[in-house]
Amino acid sequence: MTMLLAVRDLRVSFPGATGPVYPVDRVSFELARGETVALVGESGSGKSLTGMALLNLVPAPGEVAPGSSVSLEGTEILKLRGEPLRRIRGARIGMVFQDPLASLNPVISVGDQIRETIQAHLPLGRREARTRAEALLAEVGLAGTPEGYQRYPHQLSGGMRQRVMLAIALAAEPDLLIADEPTSALDVTVQAQILTLLEGLRRARGLTVLLITHDLGIVAGRTDRVLVMYAGRIVEAAPTAELFAHPAHPYTAGLLGSLPRLRGPRQPLRPIPGQVPSPGDWPAGCRFHPRCAKSFAPCREEPPIVEVAGGHHMRCWLGKSGDSA
Amino acid sequence: MTTDGWLRQLWLRPAGRVGVILLVVMSLTAAIGPAFLPDPLAQPDLAQGGLRPPDQIHLLGTDYHSRDVMARVVTGARVSLAVAFGAVLLSITLGGMVGLAAGYLGSWIDAALMRLVDAALAIPRLFLLLIMVASMERIPLWLLIVAIGATGWFGTSRLVRAEVRRLRAMDFVRSAEALGATRRRILARHLLPNVLGPLTVATTLAVGDVILLEAGLSFLGLGVQPPTPSWGGMIMENKSFLVTAPWTSLAPGLAIVIAVVAVNLIGESLHQDPAPPLS
Amino acid sequence: MIRWLAGRLLQTLATYALAVTLLFIMMRLTPGDPLAGLSDERPLPAEARELLRRRYRLDQPVLTQYADFLAGALRGDLGVSIAQHGRPVTALIRERLPATLLLGTTALAAMFGIGIAVGVLQATRAGSVTDRVLGILSLTAYATPSFWLGLVLTWALAIEWHWFPVAFMHAPLLDPDAGWWVRLTDLLWHLVLPVTTLTLVSFGAVARYQRAAMLEALGLGAIRTARTKGLRDRSILWHHAWRNSVGPMLALFGLWLPLVVAGSVFVESVYAWPGLGTLAAESIGSRDYPVIMGVAILVSAVVIGGNLLADLLHGWLDPRLRPSQ
Repeated sequence: MTMLLAVRDLRVSFPGATGPVYPVDRVSFELARGETVALVGESGSGKSLTGMALLNLVPAPGEVAPGSSVSLEGTEILKLRGEPLRRIRGARIGMVFQDPLASLNPVISVGDQIRETIQAHLPLGRREARTRAEALLAEVGLAGTPEGYQRYPHQLSGGMRQRVMLAIALAAEPDLLIADEPTSALDVTVQAQILTLLEGLRRARGLTVLLITHDLGIVAGRTDRVLVMYAGRIVEAAPTAELFAHPAHPYTAGLLGSLPRLRGPRQPLRPIPGQVPSPGDWPAGCRFHPRCAKSFAPCREEPPIVEVAGGHHMRCWLGKSGDSA
Repeated sequence: MTTDGWLRQLWLRPAGRVGVILLVVMSLTAAIGPAFLPDPLAQPDLAQGGLRPPDQIHLLGTDYHSRDVMARVVTGARVSLAVAFGAVLLSITLGGMVGLAAGYLGSWIDAALMRLVDAALAIPRLFLLLIMVASMERIPLWLLIVAIGATGWFGTSRLVRAEVRRLRAMDFVRSAEALGATRRRILARHLLPNVLGPLTVATTLAVGDVILLEAGLSFLGLGVQPPTPSWGGMIMENKSFLVTAPWTSLAPGLAIVIAVVAVNLIGESLHQDPAPPLS
Repeated sequence: MIRWLAGRLLQTLATYALAVTLLFIMMRLTPGDPLAGLSDERPLPAEARELLRRRYRLDQPVLTQYADFLAGALRGDLGVSIAQHGRPVTALIRERLPATLLLGTTALAAMFGIGIAVGVLQATRAGSVTDRVLGILSLTAYATPSFWLGLVLTWALAIEWHWFPVAFMHAPLLDPDAGWWVRLTDLLWHLVLPVTTLTLVSFGAVARYQRAAMLEALGLGAIRTARTKGLRDRSILWHHAWRNSVGPMLALFGLWLPLVVAGSVFVESVYAWPGLGTLAAESIGSRDYPVIMGVAILVSAVVIGGNLLADLLHGWLDPRLRPSQ
């Protein structure tokens, strides 16, 4: 498989009371063309900021720290400015957000919001772009008619708005789609519809997808690999089936334990105690160890990255001692 | 938020601090300055002629009647600031009462009051004042204050009404109502204290507008009557001497600019904090 | 849609009638004899007074006077001038209206053009030196009395440097047979100082509100989406952000119009511009009540009409406010 995106040592810094803090701290991963990868973590883990950083769109006063690298087929996105950067956003990488009502422009018709994306990147006239926008509306399951084109976000339901967001994100034929909590603001039944739609679009267009979510429940069966993020770092990376079958990192195990199970023996839910510390308060060593049931002396120092199985890595002292769960 | 918190917030912002210092210096000068300056009505050198440029005796020169310009600007500050604060106090009180009544009582009272306010806002305040005072030979200071105050509450009542309606929909007022608190108690204990925040900002900004309005009326000859000095009146008296004796009208004009800038700096610094002051 | 429009028009008419009523009540409540200003030196003979009272219908019951007044105001009959020997107020106003319209519309366009440009520029550089300097400049301009600024500009630019004419709308010695080009440049030459004065004292308010509205608009999720779509900066700024800031600005338009009108009273009289403002200022001197009332009624009609226009424009620009079909 050819590599589409390579992220190396990505750090996002924000000014803190006592010097900069790093909500995203040396994150590295790769996306192969056509792959669907989930980036999973609780809120505050830095997963959404990671997504924004891939488009060089970290909100001020935050910024990408020097030494970080995001390479799209050899193009270093973080070094781009102006026109070349604009040519990446939307055209090579599309993005969808959690809250479709807040993310759509309330005073522009949904059709025009799609059309302007097409015209920003493709050499098409207004009329051709409009026809194409209507086709996209139809592709995401909305009315691809002039009436459908002229509707405004406030006239649509939550699920329909997210379909419009998908149409916008795919309007300029990007290779990579970043979906940041695309279903978290939706009803459960609508969630399933949107995820099915996303899967269909991915297949039809051969998209590479980075699915950012806090919900491991929507990851199973829909993704090829999972990256688990905690306190600004990726703590475990594995093929999806392998991760669900053999979670190695205690944090991943905790996340799975707090998930209700539909099959197998009944077990009580075991939520992880406490919550993600804020970026200024990260403990030294393993950042999870104050919340970890299995923490022991070495955890106060920086944990090593160990390969648990083929393509299955984690950042934990347990792997080293062979005392895996 | 307490009054103490407001003052601290004001002082911590550079713009607010500059505004407070300017306003305090102006008010103090207006209060005690005249004691150290010549009589603003005296005409010491009438024989030799007026319009003397600034020198050691007359720091800002003299006007056509050989009166000391500095003394007149400082004394004029008393009129301007008294009118501004008096009128704004009156209009804020009226606007607050009408806004609370409309917002809290609702129904036809609200509808009637707000239609009235819509109509009143369509007439420029200057014209309302012209009609009120144009027929009078002499306008006493108190009447000027009342007239300006009585024509300035429309916008305030709208603001207060909107705020009251927003607050009424919030849980703490609804729970007070559910617990059977009386109207008077809800108004006094829950709504009034929370409306004070936006009202304070509106008040400071209104002071600047009234200083300009009073100066304009005096310029049209409808404000405080000469020979009592007022900033707008001084500009009118001396407009023919702008070329030969610019100090006579530059000084009162700059005084107006500084005063209005000062209150606006204060108002903006109070406004910047969007945190709703909930009790 | 038609019903909504009709309702809105009816409401506008009711507001106008109410404003006229308020003016009438204020006039009647005012102490002092409307005819007092007519002869300062010699008291009028009793018969002459009686004649005049009948002529101005002051002998009728108040309610009849009110009904006449209201009907007149709706018809466009504003009575006759006292000081100008019975000339109809409408005729006086018609004479002066073109000059005021020219000055007023030019100043309004300049004030909004400059105010919007400055406010948007400040918002895009919020917190920078540019932002602060522009903020101080517009606040100072706002705090300057128009009549004083007019005098100072006359002194500096007209008297000392002879750049512009001191007053009036035309050069007094202009050849009446001069070609249209000469007359037009002469008119524009006379227009510069009054327009500059009126614009300077009013653009600050627009700039301050535009800055705040634009800052809020730039924080919308829709702007983040527009960036991820790879739109050009100009499109993001004006098409996406500015259009969302127009609503609050239009809501304030109705409140600013009376201020601009009041400002033009001072500016016109400083420059002896032969418009309604000068007419009003002259009428104050001669205590010519019907003329002051006439101008006030006209101005209220303009303000109410302006409000209606702003409302309709707001509905056109913001689909959320449109009546649903």
